[in-house]
Amino acid sequence: MNTEILGVITVFLLTIVLAIPIGKYIAKVYTGDKTLLDPIFNPIERLIFKISGINDKEEMNWKQHLKALLSVNLGWFILCFFVLLFQGSLPLNPDGNPSMSPDLAFNTAISFVVNCNLQHYSGESGLSYLGQLMLMFLQFVSAGVGMAAAAMVFNAMKERTTEHLGNFYNYFIKSCTRILLPLSAIVALVLIFSGTPMTFEGKDSITTLQGDTVEVSRGPAAAFIGIKHIGTNGGGFFGVNSAHPFENPTYFTNAVELVAQLIIPFAMIFALGFYLKKRKFSHVVFGVMTIGFLLLVIPTISSELNGNPAIERMGITQTTGAMEGKEVRFGPAISGFWSIATTVISTGSVNSMHDSSMPMSGAMQLLAMMVNAFYGGCGVGWLNFYIFIILAVFISGLMVGRTPEFLGKKIEAREVKIAAFIAILHPLLILSGTALASYLAANDTPMGYWFNGNATSWLNNPGNHGFSEMLYEFTSSAANNGSGFEGLGDNNPFWNITTGIVLLLGRFLPIIGPLAIAGLLANKKYIPESAGTLKTDTTIFGIMVFAVIAIIAALSFFPALALGPLAEYFTLR
Amino acid sequence: MNIKHIQNHDILHFTNNILLNKKMTKNKSNSLFESKQVKEALVQSFVKLNPKVMFKNPVMFTVEIGTAIMFIVCIAILMGAQNQGSFIYNFVVFLILFVTLLFANFAEAIAEARGKAQADSLRKTREETPAKKVVAIGKVSSSEIELISSSQLKKGDMFFCEAGDVIPTDGEIIEGLATIDESAITGESAPVIREAGGDKSSVTGGTKVLSDRITVKVTTEPGESFLDKMIALVEGASRQKTPNEIALTILLAAFTLIFVIVCVTLKPFADYANAPITIAAFISLFVCLIPTTIGGLLSAIGIAGMDRALRANVITKSGKAVETAGDIDVLLLDKTGTITIGNRKATNFYPTNGVSLEEFIQSAVLSSLADDTPEGKSILELSEMLDVNGEMKTSISHLTSHISQTIKFTAETRTSGVVLKDGTNIRKGAQDAAKNISEQAGYTFPEDTAKKVIEISSNGGTPLVVIKNSQVQGVVELQDIIKTGMKERFDRLRKMGVKTVMVTGDNPLTAKFIAEKAGVDDFIAEAKPEDKMNYIKNEQQNGKLVAMMGDGTNDAPALAQADVGVAMNSGTQAAKEAGNMVDLDNDPTKLIEIVEIGKQLLMTRGTLTTFSIANDVAKYFAIVPALFIASIPALQGLNIMQLHSPESAILSAVIFNAIIIPILIPLALRGVDYKPIGASAILKRNLLIYGLGGIIIPFIGIKLIDLVVAMFF
Repeated sequence: MNTEILGVITVFLLTIVLAIPIGKYIAKVYTGDKTLLDPIFNPIERLIFKISGINDKEEMNWKQHLKALLSVNLGWFILCFFVLLFQGSLPLNPDGNPSMSPDLAFNTAISFVVNCNLQHYSGESGLSYLGQLMLMFLQFVSAGVGMAAAAMVFNAMKERTTEHLGNFYNYFIKSCTRILLPLSAIVALVLIFSGTPMTFEGKDSITTLQGDTVEVSRGPAAAFIGIKHIGTNGGGFFGVNSAHPFENPTYFTNAVELVAQLIIPFAMIFALGFYLKKRKFSHVVFGVMTIGFLLLVIPTISSELNGNPAIERMGITQTTGAMEGKEVRFGPAISGFWSIATTVISTGSVNSMHDSSMPMSGAMQLLAMMVNAFYGGCGVGWLNFYIFIILAVFISGLMVGRTPEFLGKKIEAREVKIAAFIAILHPLLILSGTALASYLAANDTPMGYWFNGNATSWLNNPGNHGFSEMLYEFTSSAANNGSGFEGLGDNNPFWNITTGIVLLLGRFLPIIGPLAIAGLLANKKYIPESAGTLKTDTTIFGIMVFAVIAIIAALSFFPALALGPLAEYFTLR
Repeated sequence: MNIKHIQNHDILHFTNNILLNKKMTKNKSNSLFESKQVKEALVQSFVKLNPKVMFKNPVMFTVEIGTAIMFIVCIAILMGAQNQGSFIYNFVVFLILFVTLLFANFAEAIAEARGKAQADSLRKTREETPAKKVVAIGKVSSSEIELISSSQLKKGDMFFCEAGDVIPTDGEIIEGLATIDESAITGESAPVIREAGGDKSSVTGGTKVLSDRITVKVTTEPGESFLDKMIALVEGASRQKTPNEIALTILLAAFTLIFVIVCVTLKPFADYANAPITIAAFISLFVCLIPTTIGGLLSAIGIAGMDRALRANVITKSGKAVETAGDIDVLLLDKTGTITIGNRKATNFYPTNGVSLEEFIQSAVLSSLADDTPEGKSILELSEMLDVNGEMKTSISHLTSHISQTIKFTAETRTSGVVLKDGTNIRKGAQDAAKNISEQAGYTFPEDTAKKVIEISSNGGTPLVVIKNSQVQGVVELQDIIKTGMKERFDRLRKMGVKTVMVTGDNPLTAKFIAEKAGVDDFIAEAKPEDKMNYIKNEQQNGKLVAMMGDGTNDAPALAQADVGVAMNSGTQAAKEAGNMVDLDNDPTKLIEIVEIGKQLLMTRGTLTTFSIANDVAKYFAIVPALFIASIPALQGLNIMQLHSPESAILSAVIFNAIIIPILIPLALRGVDYKPIGASAILKRNLLIYGLGGIIIPFIGIKLIDLVVAMFF
């Protein structure tokens, strides 16, 4: 078999094998069961709670969870915004990089608070080391927040009637200390040994063979890149992200970073099964996600391996596949796999230029973010999937002639209302954002303060590809993904502010919705299963969920995809 | 519990007109469309175009707005507007949208018309009838009766009915007893007896008194009887949306909103791509995408569900009750009359050692002479059957003249019997009561009889022990006769996920035997009214939904407590008030049908929603390439149906979207078949038929329509 494809399969299977024990461990962390790491972490956590004065034993209802979650996020946003705004004159700035403009600081702060890491700057010249450390802190806590929210939903799914759904701070701190910290430390160590820099010194300069002097940026990159993947953040230390030889030196580190970004989203699903003692249910969920993932991965890899038909028509054979925008040390197969892994999961780190992907791959990358529920980001992937489960339970409940129930709780108008709202939100953000940008571009509007020049000049490419660039940017923002199609002039008030707003709405509403539904359901009377109950741990229910996801995504985005990547695909074919 | 069946040839002339009525109700035509109803529905289809009415249905209301816009576009083209395509094309789009609206309205109207026809046959019984109001309370005589119209009767009034009178309104007999022909309501021709006190004291307006006279107290205000409420429900006037319907409407509104977003944002997308889109194409895309199929059929499905309940002769107080019935987990059924035929019957006499069979039968018969319960009577019947040459009859009638005193059954002694003139005291009763008496008198309970008693009990029979002067004479075996076909029905319920519970006054041993033989899942033996109540509460505590049927006043609390309480129409007013359904047929197995009607209702909604949404895939493949082919020729690749031209593609999709509504009306009215094969299997089946079918069928349908449309556009 093709070694490139073998590499992809190995990475994928290895992740699944590792995810099962880690899932078991995560479940133990949230149930509070004893683990081997207790002697290390118990004192640390006790210290954190003592200093902060938080009572981690206090049981919270879903509204209290939400209040805690939103208030810590607001605090971080303000802190980060001001650090970035004044980083030029703050310490730890050996390269003397400037402070950010307010709109860029706004976009960057939001983008890291919401675990998206849409980067409208380049790390080498746009950030001081203090700024990088601030962002690294956010990479930990934003992932922790997503996992804590998922933990509350796990708790709410237990078979009982209650308001008490555990303690937010307990879930949050433990997610950071016991899960994110050790895993990202392992990844960082591997990277350090592979050659990734970890230093607070400024730029190094080397003299090339030609005698030129080249300034080489470095910094505390290894630690940053560890959590960037473990926390499904994706914000690169350097501008070109994981395509940069320091961020991702070898095929081996590439594999490690792939496993690192997939591991927690995979493990969370297994953790759900261990936590609720419903392993079959978690396998159904994992199965649905995996089928969805493979349906996106396979066309991508195959179109990348086949190369560009336009080049082929020129009489040039492409034995290496489509190599435009890809690193030679990775090749098209694993780069294609990465591009889907990073988009289904909300990582958004890139090791190749998505703008240069084949049109079919571009469509798949977009679709991955439009669905945003196959595996998904740290914790939040499950929350997104939960919404689709609620909708699927409702429709299939009606189809079997019984008031819909999910894990013994009746799904009624209120839950359907919330789930439907969240399901609409995603297309609303993506399509209305893209519509605004398209409208401006179509009329080539002069943008004044918002953009230096007329609207069309933010596009690198005209026509369908230009449309894909705009669509991608808003899709990436709404999905809190953070990857860029690039080629778009996005560091300007228009893009910074519009995507900033989309990021905020696209992060917090899809957390509030599932938390509210889970909280409402937890408080309802528990109805034990009977022969008439529709079981949710069956293949047929899995198919139903998949159908709901596919049809909502297809119906919402088909016209947009037709005008972007599909039009390109048919033109190029 | 004694409904006397009277041969009805004598009274046939009385009931002629009522029988006509009955024919109407019995002739619940199975054909879905009758010309009269269709005509009425057609008229209503236009009346319902009124935006105020339309507004209640958000999906169809948006279609109406689209239709109005198309009308304006047509006029604009006539006045010289450019770039919108030919007038004919636009006008055809307008016409199809208009027809789509009419189809949706027709679906609702035909469901209402059918409901109305059903209600009208019931309403016939509600027509104004003269009522003999009792003016002063006291001994009834003609001077105290005032003749008024039935509509003037108020709750609490009393009226008087005698042979030949039609009962003017619902009420409860407070004095007297009468034979009543209820065929107008139930379709059952055998007259029934209703009397004051007890569980059979209720009379229904529109039924006819055949013999005797009764004084009745009015229990409902005019226009508020169950039947009035049901008629209103069926006619749609007071139809409130059920919780599931509300949730579904929200979901459909959400889908509509998604497509609003899709269509609105498509305008700048198209501008950017330099692909001008005509208004007709926009509106067609929008109307095709929003779930018009389910939106157009939703209220018809709801009305048809109520109608089906009514056809099953069940009056429900709300649509919610029917839906809840579909969710029932536990079903409480009375043994007598539901699981077994009528009452227990004597099947055997077993004398104690040393007592002759004749002597024993004699004692048993004597002890039953004063006992007019069905059990007592069955002992006499059995003795007559065994008495081939009539010898015993003579000796018994001889002894009968020697009876000095009859002893009625009391809860205290729990025996009944007679005392003869010579002081002989003959009693019969349950084994423990008889044992007490005999042991108190110093006798031991004979071993062979004790054995027999256990044997009878464990075979599902009821033993009755006869004692003479405190000495045990033997035991009479009474047996229940289980109705045929019950086991199959309970199996069906079990597969639907419904647990059946038999409620009986029998001892646990007997109850267990019958429960096993009949195939119920559980039983409550030696049940007192509060036992039922406790059982229901207990199940509900565990999150189960419980249904029960009842007729007596002592059932009322349990009926109220149950999630679905079905009162027999013959039951007391209190029972009817407490329940949320009334069964006109007084058929205890009716609950099975009600459960299925409830499930069908939800399933029809669910499957048609799935079908409606699944249709969109094909519509996209028809319309999206049509929109952009002119400016992006490569998108021809998406035209996988190879439709003729952009115009024909759009028209075909809109036409398909319109005609699928009338095609599905029969399904909406009849409901999707429910088969008790387990929830996952049903989901698989419906997902295959309505999900996969919903994706494939429109591809075929649109292509076929396009072949025709291609001749013109």
